[in-house]
Amino acid sequence: MADALLTKEAVMEAHGANAAIAALLTADSSIITNAKFACNELTLTVPREKIVTACEIVKQAGYNFFEDVTAVDWYPSEPRFQLSYHILSMGLKERVRLCVLLDGGDAVVDSITGVWPSANFYEREIFDLFGIRFGGHPNLRRIMMPEDWQGHPLRKDYPVEGYR
Amino acid sequence: MATAHEPEVLSVEDVVADVDRHHAHDAEGADQTMVLNMGPQHPSTHGVLRLVLEIDGETVISCAPDIGYLHTGIEKTCEAKFYQQVVPLTDRIDYLCPMTNNLAYCLAVEKLIGLEIPERAQYLRVMLNELTRINSHLVWLGTHAMDVGALTVFLYCFREREDILRIFENVSGQRMMTSYFRIGGLALEPPLDFYDQVRNFLKTFPEKIDEYQNLLTGNPIWINRLKNVGHLSAADAIALGVTGPPLRASGVDWDLRRDMPYSGYEKFQFKVPISNDCDVWARYVIRLEEMRESVKIAQQALDGLPTGRITADAPKMILPDREQMKTQMEALIHHFKIVTEGFAVPAGEVYQAVESPRGEMGYYVVSDGTAKPYRVHMRNPSFATLQALETMCKGRLLADVVAVIGSIDIVLGEIDR
Repeated sequence: MADALLTKEAVMEAHGANAAIAALLTADSSIITNAKFACNELTLTVPREKIVTACEIVKQAGYNFFEDVTAVDWYPSEPRFQLSYHILSMGLKERVRLCVLLDGGDAVVDSITGVWPSANFYEREIFDLFGIRFGGHPNLRRIMMPEDWQGHPLRKDYPVEGYR
Repeated sequence: MATAHEPEVLSVEDVVADVDRHHAHDAEGADQTMVLNMGPQHPSTHGVLRLVLEIDGETVISCAPDIGYLHTGIEKTCEAKFYQQVVPLTDRIDYLCPMTNNLAYCLAVEKLIGLEIPERAQYLRVMLNELTRINSHLVWLGTHAMDVGALTVFLYCFREREDILRIFENVSGQRMMTSYFRIGGLALEPPLDFYDQVRNFLKTFPEKIDEYQNLLTGNPIWINRLKNVGHLSAADAIALGVTGPPLRASGVDWDLRRDMPYSGYEKFQFKVPISNDCDVWARYVIRLEEMRESVKIAQQALDGLPTGRITADAPKMILPDREQMKTQMEALIHHFKIVTEGFAVPAGEVYQAVESPRGEMGYYVVSDGTAKPYRVHMRNPSFATLQALETMCKGRLLADVVAVIGSIDIVLGEIDR
């Protein structure tokens, strides 16, 4: 396995020709705030307000299939939430992970349902289980838990056995 | 002592108001649509799926799936378990293809650790995965045919499924929730009669597929219920996140086993069936062809099975065998450590996807360097495919909804998790 590259500079040097990196940098040189290449997987961190743009750019670059988005709660450290978008290119046969970091007090991000409608259920799931809100989502309601449920179960400060 | 809940009684005013509403509804004219609730206890929703259908006469105007009835918080539970203890949970999210889930999860963790899996274990994993695929497709075919009105096929499919479940029982001790895979390999060397059992099954099974085709393919009722129903274009399928047989039935040539091989799939020769018909019929044809291809892959794995170990060489992560444990101090210590405190996995994040019978099954595992996963997320094929249901049903007849649900082969356990 290739060694892990943990800094932005190292990734840019080794994978500068990568379709996603090249397209993102061509469109906006400041869009990648951090990068990582570990376990043969490329992770690019983008600013919160640019996630929709970044998705559009990588979609143009051939990453045509949206696979998955989910959140990780790094409570109690800040920025608390990490959103990981997994996007696959069927032509290039590789995937890229876009990351967005969100503060716990302001967990709001733009919805990417305009780029890939398939993100709809996934964003609802994150809203339901993590309490992260997606601006511009067509139907932002709870999906797993009952409508009147209190709290967001996948947050780290929510007990595993629930509140009794 | 807690008192029993008072049953909620409708007051007379409520009933009158309700009747008035209905009358008002009639008076406004017949061009109004009706909202129909389908499920969660409906025999053709394959579990507890609730659909809120808006219909105009017999035509579906909109269709909104309501899910979550089976939500058990498996992702949350995973965070409280050691890495190895998560494997039995993965069985339970998709109970029709437990081995596929085991494989996806184990591959993800192995990638994080950087474990090298011996070829013999890889071949056995591939063989069992293909048997799982056949198993899952048999349940799909039986229940799908039953939904559409061909009851006999169900019995035929479950007859062969029983053979596969016996193989699973023989190899793992369990018929359905096998939990046979371990991080780093397999739980046990398969028993000696396992290979004959698999060989016999693979020899007789292709004839059985012919039998199903004889029962269904030429049947005019079957053809009329399936052909040109549930149309899903390739562009829609990609936009809505559809994977697996429904994607290939829409003409997209994509199969993770061939295009992004894992667990040694690159060493096997097989075809990926494709169709451009985009309808329920195409999905039926493709799944039958996939069963034939699975037989070929399993046969190749059986014929070319290498000798060697079935677990990676990582004594601190894999339980030692009984013999070693009773004779070697080191092995005993490792055994004790693994059982009581698990094993630490290097910090990092991985996403590993495999081709499950229903499509792309992906595991996103985040480690913070401890013995318990920090976050496990499952990308389930049915969850995404369900979003395409409305596109497939819109503007079509109500009765087609049942055929379409059958054709996307959903398992509610993995949708709700």
